Amino acid sequence: MGAHGALAPPAPDLLASARMNGQARDETPVVATGLVKRFNAFLAVDGIDFRVGAGECVGFLGPNGAGKTTTVNIVTCTSPLSAGRVTVFGLDATSRPREIKAGIGVCPQENNLDPDFSVRQNLLVYARYFALTGARIERRVDELLDFVQLTEKSGSAIDDLSGGMKRRLILARALLNEPRMLIMDEPTTGLDPQGRLAIWNRVRHLRAEGTTVLLTTHYMEEASQLCTRVILMDHGHIVLEGAPAELIDREIGREVIELWDLAPEVEQFVRQAGWPHDSADGRYYLYDRDGGRLAAEIGTRFPAQQRLIRRATLEDVFLHRTGRSLRD
Amino acid sequence: MRAATFGNVSRRSWYVWRRDFDVYRTTWKTNFLPPLLEPVLYILAFGLGMGGLIGAVLYEGESIPYLRFMIPGVITVSIMFWSYFETTYSTFVRMYYQKTFQAILATPLLIEDVIAGEWLWGATKSVMAAVLMLLITGVFGLVVWPAALFVIPLSALGGMFFAGAGLVTTALVPRIDSFNIPSFILIFPMFLFSGTFFPIDVLPAWAKGIALALPLTHLSYLVRGACLASLPRWWAAHLAYLGGGTILLTWAGIVLMRRRTVR
Repeated sequence: MGAHGALAPPAPDLLASARMNGQARDETPVVATGLVKRFNAFLAVDGIDFRVGAGECVGFLGPNGAGKTTTVNIVTCTSPLSAGRVTVFGLDATSRPREIKAGIGVCPQENNLDPDFSVRQNLLVYARYFALTGARIERRVDELLDFVQLTEKSGSAIDDLSGGMKRRLILARALLNEPRMLIMDEPTTGLDPQGRLAIWNRVRHLRAEGTTVLLTTHYMEEASQLCTRVILMDHGHIVLEGAPAELIDREIGREVIELWDLAPEVEQFVRQAGWPHDSADGRYYLYDRDGGRLAAEIGTRFPAQQRLIRRATLEDVFLHRTGRSLRD
Repeated sequence: MRAATFGNVSRRSWYVWRRDFDVYRTTWKTNFLPPLLEPVLYILAFGLGMGGLIGAVLYEGESIPYLRFMIPGVITVSIMFWSYFETTYSTFVRMYYQKTFQAILATPLLIEDVIAGEWLWGATKSVMAAVLMLLITGVFGLVVWPAALFVIPLSALGGMFFAGAGLVTTALVPRIDSFNIPSFILIFPMFLFSGTFFPIDVLPAWAKGIALALPLTHLSYLVRGACLASLPRWWAAHLAYLGGGTILLTWAGIVLMRRRTVR
């Protein structure tokens, strides 16, 4: 970094217009109606409708190929939609991409930090794309490095960072323009538990400050921890939508009884009793919606049967709705 | 996102240019070396070695020492190489391996800005190389001042032409090794047969016809004219060929790169 004089950057006009024009229009962070995305013959997103309200943290869940990343790419204006309409803070994604992108922060799925620059330079060069230069952004860069605990690494090369450090730097990079909405595509994939916790805590901190968050994840724990609402996608459709606890309660119940090495009489009994259940590879999952009655009955009738009784989780909802067989 | 091409290019392209320039500055010593060393090596090889065998050549009706004839050719070739290889290999690495474009596209820049910035940077490298080579050849007294200063705008034009050609190539190759094909079919033949190291007048008529179709031949006439302070007879035609080609290739480069990167 250095002499900015010769090529003076234009004023941060987009940031200003993205904020100030906002008074009159619908400020909802994301409104998608009839959203369709086709890749040649393949229908990746098949006419979905959803909203992300101000201050919400919405998580997109779904197996690989469900259409989550495609949806995110349309919202972040990096991929054009095939049909339907998406607005971000009231701006049309097709006609106003520059203004939308000026007001959001994006953490991509792949680490695309610039390997030609140090940690700190990465942030300064990236800020310049938002027309943010000068002493103010230098201060903001230092604040953000502190926020993601990378101050000591500020002169390091990108190749020398751990996976968790790279993700944290990507998060800092996404916050340079003080976005009102943060969009994160699989923010913690491949991180160790400490690294994941560090990201979660920073997202919680941002949410407390009023930042809207839209994320995709394969970790149901992550969705349960962070999201006020989840949207489950499969084959380009929205399968299910709601608050994590509410979905668990509605779809599964309080507890799951897992049975394996089933004796034929147990299997026959479970089937005939008509209890809600799924099975895969010889393992049965019974969904207990009657406050422990199923578990008690299995226990008394078949005391020798191998079983595990546990709390129902979002993972059960996910697998119940999208199936337990491999997708790719 | 409209289908516009040049219309989507904004002044934000400068930020992409600045990014590439900042990387270049951090390693400027290694970057300056080739354009300074290259003419020296040519001068030694052709001046001391081959020049003695060849003596003088007949060019545009005049007899000139071989070294004076050849040096503008070396500069011409460099103008092509520096921009073409920047917007092929280097741009491909940034686009495909480093995902630099993907990162930039999450900011207010559009793909057209990114490609225009790369194009401009490719042309800049040609200009920088030409300036350094002029300095060295000037020291050896091999070019005529101040006419040789025209090489600078010519290097910008040639740089933009071959930066555009490079972008078209980058948009079309499936893998980085595939650059070998256009390099050996188009770039290296041009390097040799565009009036760079011998006047194309010595070729049989059919071969001269082919040479005249090559863009580097036209740049070669113009650069040699500037270095020797003699306006080439068909200067306007050479300029028109390169100018028209630049617009066409740059437009095609942006359209095709957009098709490749935005899905």
